[in-house]
Amino acid sequence: MTNVSIIGIGKTEVGEHWETSIRHLAWYAIEAALDNAATTEIDALYVGNMLAGGLGGQDHLGALVADFAGLRGIEAVTVEAADASGGAALRQAVLAVRSGLVRTALAVGVEKVTDESGSAVLAELSTGLDADYESVHGLTPAGAAALLMRRYMHEYGVTLDDFAGFSVNAHRNAADNPLAMFRNRLKADRFATAPLIAEPISLFDMAPLADGAAAVIVTAADRAMDMVPQPVRVAGSALATDTIALHDRRDPLWLSAAAHSAEAAMAAAGVTHADIDLFELHDAYTILAALSLEAAGFADRGEGWRLAAEEMSPDGTPAIARDGAIPISTFGGLKARGNPLGATGLYQIVEVVQQLRGEAGDCQIPGARTGMAQCLGVIGATAVTHVLQI
Amino acid sequence: MSDYRAESGLLQPHHKVGIIGYGSYVPRYRLPASEIVRIWKGGQGGAPVKEKSVPGLDEDVVTMSMEAARNALARANIDPREIRAVWVGSESHPYAVKPTSTIVAEAIGAVPNTQAADWEFACKAGTEAMQAAIGFVGSGMARYALSIGMDTAQGRPGDALEYTAAAGGAAILLGRAEEALAVIDGSYSFVTDTPDFWRRAHSEYPSHGDRFTGEPAYFKHVTAAAESLMEAVGRTPADYRWAVFHQPNVKFPRRVAGILGFSQEQIEPGLLSGRIGNTYAGSAVIGLTAVLDVAEPGDRILVVSYGSGAGSDAFDIVTTERLPEARDRAPKTEDYIARRTEIDYATYTRYRDKLKLS
Repeated sequence: MTNVSIIGIGKTEVGEHWETSIRHLAWYAIEAALDNAATTEIDALYVGNMLAGGLGGQDHLGALVADFAGLRGIEAVTVEAADASGGAALRQAVLAVRSGLVRTALAVGVEKVTDESGSAVLAELSTGLDADYESVHGLTPAGAAALLMRRYMHEYGVTLDDFAGFSVNAHRNAADNPLAMFRNRLKADRFATAPLIAEPISLFDMAPLADGAAAVIVTAADRAMDMVPQPVRVAGSALATDTIALHDRRDPLWLSAAAHSAEAAMAAAGVTHADIDLFELHDAYTILAALSLEAAGFADRGEGWRLAAEEMSPDGTPAIARDGAIPISTFGGLKARGNPLGATGLYQIVEVVQQLRGEAGDCQIPGARTGMAQCLGVIGATAVTHVLQI
Repeated sequence: MSDYRAESGLLQPHHKVGIIGYGSYVPRYRLPASEIVRIWKGGQGGAPVKEKSVPGLDEDVVTMSMEAARNALARANIDPREIRAVWVGSESHPYAVKPTSTIVAEAIGAVPNTQAADWEFACKAGTEAMQAAIGFVGSGMARYALSIGMDTAQGRPGDALEYTAAAGGAAILLGRAEEALAVIDGSYSFVTDTPDFWRRAHSEYPSHGDRFTGEPAYFKHVTAAAESLMEAVGRTPADYRWAVFHQPNVKFPRRVAGILGFSQEQIEPGLLSGRIGNTYAGSAVIGLTAVLDVAEPGDRILVVSYGSGAGSDAFDIVTTERLPEARDRAPKTEDYIARRTEIDYATYTRYRDKLKLS
């Protein structure tokens, strides 16, 4: 099978794009990626999106975006897996190129949530849960995360304050990312008193929903060598699923899809945990950051939160910091860069590529050679993991 | 038409116009924000204001407008029969069809040789009426014209707006500059179609676009109106002693003052929302009355309203020697704010007719 490399990346600022339509957002990211790859020859387009139909009255984004991006006529479809849609779109692009049937594929993740107000967005967001057994009873994604967090605190005897390090780290890193939504620093002592969203999930636990778009162009690795100076190899790519309803999981504190996809992607890449220089994980809630670190094998069960705790490190920096043992959210993560849902998975990929190329600016992890990105659909019913290498 | 400057959009009438009388009104009841937090948030969390004013059972925009209009008349000391227009801006007119303004005009003795109409432009209906009154007087069609911004604002129980939706407002009586307590040097109006906040016909409570009410709505329009007016009249923030910005809460006017380059001291006397809430169509004009209550002759004042939908009216005003003598002829705005009876949420639901018995 054909090996696959990334030859172009593009992204927009994450935030409230009141005056920009979803097609324009997608185009701005695609335009940047085409410029970055110095090509206009795209054979297939995969659009990652979660809410355009429900919030914007616009499905059929494959054809819409292809046409608007000047790619009229090519193969193009939408890929939907809640807020794992972006990673799933890249997965489809990688599969297409690996199959040999598609030469160059473009994955773009795009989301526009600010055209509707809070309650409408919340209702649509909850479509990522089990409609018959969860959301019909009023459960929301934040509510589901709250159940997980409460259980975690109970099982492992940790407190709300023990999660603060994840958000503090995300905001500290986002301060260096000019395209991040929140570039303010967060004080750890403010964490426990933040306004509640779904107890114990507070405003400082949950990532902000945002508008944004990110695009990645992939092609065969041997072609890539001749096209761009620094192609980034897609060394591992895996998608796994779990029960969508929380109550159907035998062990709710174990994100099995996250574990399976991470294991498969790392095995395909032939890397161990020690090889991974950074891990862009799905910190939509601080509890998901802790559980993702455990599922991917960077921490034992019940210990994920410790990687965010400063006292664990002799020099006072937590393991997840950019100069720590396993940096996460290096551009701010979902928490501070923002969570543009269907685009989130591709923001992670773009950020890992920037790190491996040495183009991460003030967010740079020095000498990064291997990076992993993992996005989750809501609370992990879908997990997509990619291992990238340079 | 030598003064007409189409390129700047500056509004200046043929004859200079000024404020010859002003009066405010705030109902006495206060609902502390902590009461709303107690009922709706389990007692946890902050609030955008300390408390808000609540109208009594027998108060509405008609009665409150009469109070403010009488205060304005007392300061102006004129024969009300010389008033040629009574215009009331509000989003809480008691009738859908039948003017508030005719009742007010009759009550103050300004009938029958009078224009009377109700104005609607969310929170800037009052300043919209003020601009029209400037035109009416400035053209020579009227010696005096009365504009009122007054509201008993509606907030859906439990909604973010319930903390601030308050009652109050002010009447501004316009006449020739020679008789004025404060001369209006120019005004400007900035309007776009921006759906940040609205109330449909037959709906009891308004809807809003959450964070959309901030940057693309309030901040964009207020800053554009203020900057355009200051540029047109060739002034900078340092030229003004005082400034009043529409005050839906405390944070927005403080922030917009900072953006425009005004100090917090310049907006302090006119910033009332922390103590009475957002009086909607009354918000900017009652802020102006509080400033006039303390200003010295020669003080220059910038007033910028904001109405959802959306638009901002900006006014460049300078006080005259007539102000100190006139202002003591009626209760001051701070007198009304100090006249305060605290109520609890249960009393509030009764006064505001929030319990539907059928």
